[in-house]
Amino acid sequence: MDYVLHIGVLILLYATLAVSLDLVVGQCGMLSICHAAFFGVGAYVCALGSVSTTVPSLVLWVGAMWMAAGVSVLVYLPARRLRGDVLALCTFCVQVVVFSIFNNWGDLTRGPLGVPGIPMPDFMRDAQKPQLVLLLLSILVACVTLFVVHRLVKSPLGRIFRGIREDDVFALSLGKNPIRSRAAAFGVSAALAALAGTLYAHHVAYVDPTSFTVTESIFMLSMVILGGAGSLWGPVVGAATLVLLPEVLRFAGLPPVTAANVRQMVYGLAIVLFMLWRPQGLIGEYAFGREAKQK
Amino acid sequence: MTSLADTRSLSKHFNGVVALADFSCAVAEREILGLLGPNGAGKTTLFNVLTGLLAPDSGSADFKGQALIGRPAHRIANMGIARTFQNLRLIRRITVLENVLLCFKNQPGENLFNVFFRHGHCKRHEAGIREKARVLLKTAGLSEKVDDLADNLSYGQQKLLSIVCCLATDADLILLDEPIAGIAPEMSERILAIIADLPNQGKSVIVIEHDIDALKEIAHRMIFMDAGRKICEGTPEDVLNDPRVIEAYLD
Repeated sequence: MDYVLHIGVLILLYATLAVSLDLVVGQCGMLSICHAAFFGVGAYVCALGSVSTTVPSLVLWVGAMWMAAGVSVLVYLPARRLRGDVLALCTFCVQVVVFSIFNNWGDLTRGPLGVPGIPMPDFMRDAQKPQLVLLLLSILVACVTLFVVHRLVKSPLGRIFRGIREDDVFALSLGKNPIRSRAAAFGVSAALAALAGTLYAHHVAYVDPTSFTVTESIFMLSMVILGGAGSLWGPVVGAATLVLLPEVLRFAGLPPVTAANVRQMVYGLAIVLFMLWRPQGLIGEYAFGREAKQK
Repeated sequence: MTSLADTRSLSKHFNGVVALADFSCAVAEREILGLLGPNGAGKTTLFNVLTGLLAPDSGSADFKGQALIGRPAHRIANMGIARTFQNLRLIRRITVLENVLLCFKNQPGENLFNVFFRHGHCKRHEAGIREKARVLLKTAGLSEKVDDLADNLSYGQQKLLSIVCCLATDADLILLDEPIAGIAPEMSERILAIIADLPNQGKSVIVIEHDIDALKEIAHRMIFMDAGRKICEGTPEDVLNDPRVIEAYLD
């Protein structure tokens, strides 16, 4: 039962991450490889706050979201003129820097030792089945994320996102400020990732830097691309598929060591095949990276 | 005659190639100004300078008494200047209606705070512009294409749509870069009729067009330019009978 709960929470948290990442990748067309960094900011704020202070959990969560949003906008602003591959490279660097901070700022984050013993959120310490409550919380967070992204995508701001995905100059000529819209997308996306991070910290009770590496960011990006960038449910499908895949491999009787390697191979192969033959993902419509090229 | 926009001594060079040289002109309220000249004469450069996409090397330009040079492109657009592009910029992967909706200015729903905390206000505004957009599209004869992707329109329809987009911004000055080049005669007549009607809606227009016959029908005044300079200016008859223009176009 605990195993099923664990997988359930993981799917929901990754769905939250993938849906929020899609706001930047699918809606705005910016390839971001630093989502795990914002996820990590959320997890660390929550972990350190819960372990060494008595700040209420809800306050910590909101604080974590603001902090991640602040960091994301702060790193976006100097990179605001960048597009496409160069922006992707820039987000990659942000990811590496944030990881290094987690790993090396020993006084604050305890470095590679990580933060152990993270308690459950304060308002549910007396719960009979905390893991079950956490699952319900994860469902709530995933629903909130879907709601936020849906509301944004349907709004005039979402229309600007889809506009600047293709053509900045056209948007400028209409009086829209592409930089501002992109910063908004980055900020909201990072805040939602941080929210997932806080629940993750409570769920696994121990965070260390290895959970927030480049590989994790690419993993999240694969969920978006496989599921279908630019669609609301695509990233959810992608998250469920990629979280369940290793479990299926495990039940197929592969020893764990082999399974880990097979998993990497399957991811790589799947992404290559998808980019070649189904760039819009499993259920999406927007073919990622296939924008009409304009001068 | 009050002038809506003025440019004075604009100059622009690209790696030694002259695009604009000491170019001055004015456009009056409710006037259609035709801009004529061979390829590379600097016509599109003038549009790019006026809309803030390019900074001139020297010179000044103002619109409704406010300086344009040095202002970011989106601010200039919000002052009331709209344009179309020669190589047709539209958002191809969204619908025709969405393209038009995108163009309306000052939408409350473009603000992150409003999207979540003043949803009702945004929705009411959205309903209003949706209605306006449908009317604009109907007037232009694009009613049936409302829910098609912009990419699926014919070339002529895309040009028409880009003009509808300018109208949706409610700009006072509309810059049209070759609005009827390369499209079928029926469609170009429809577009010309729309342009000719713009002064009646209180708008001024600058049109770049190589189709002289079409241009002289709609333009109140014409400027002929070559190598970034104004060669001559006046009524369509005067300009088209000018020996320098005849020479340039017969060459």
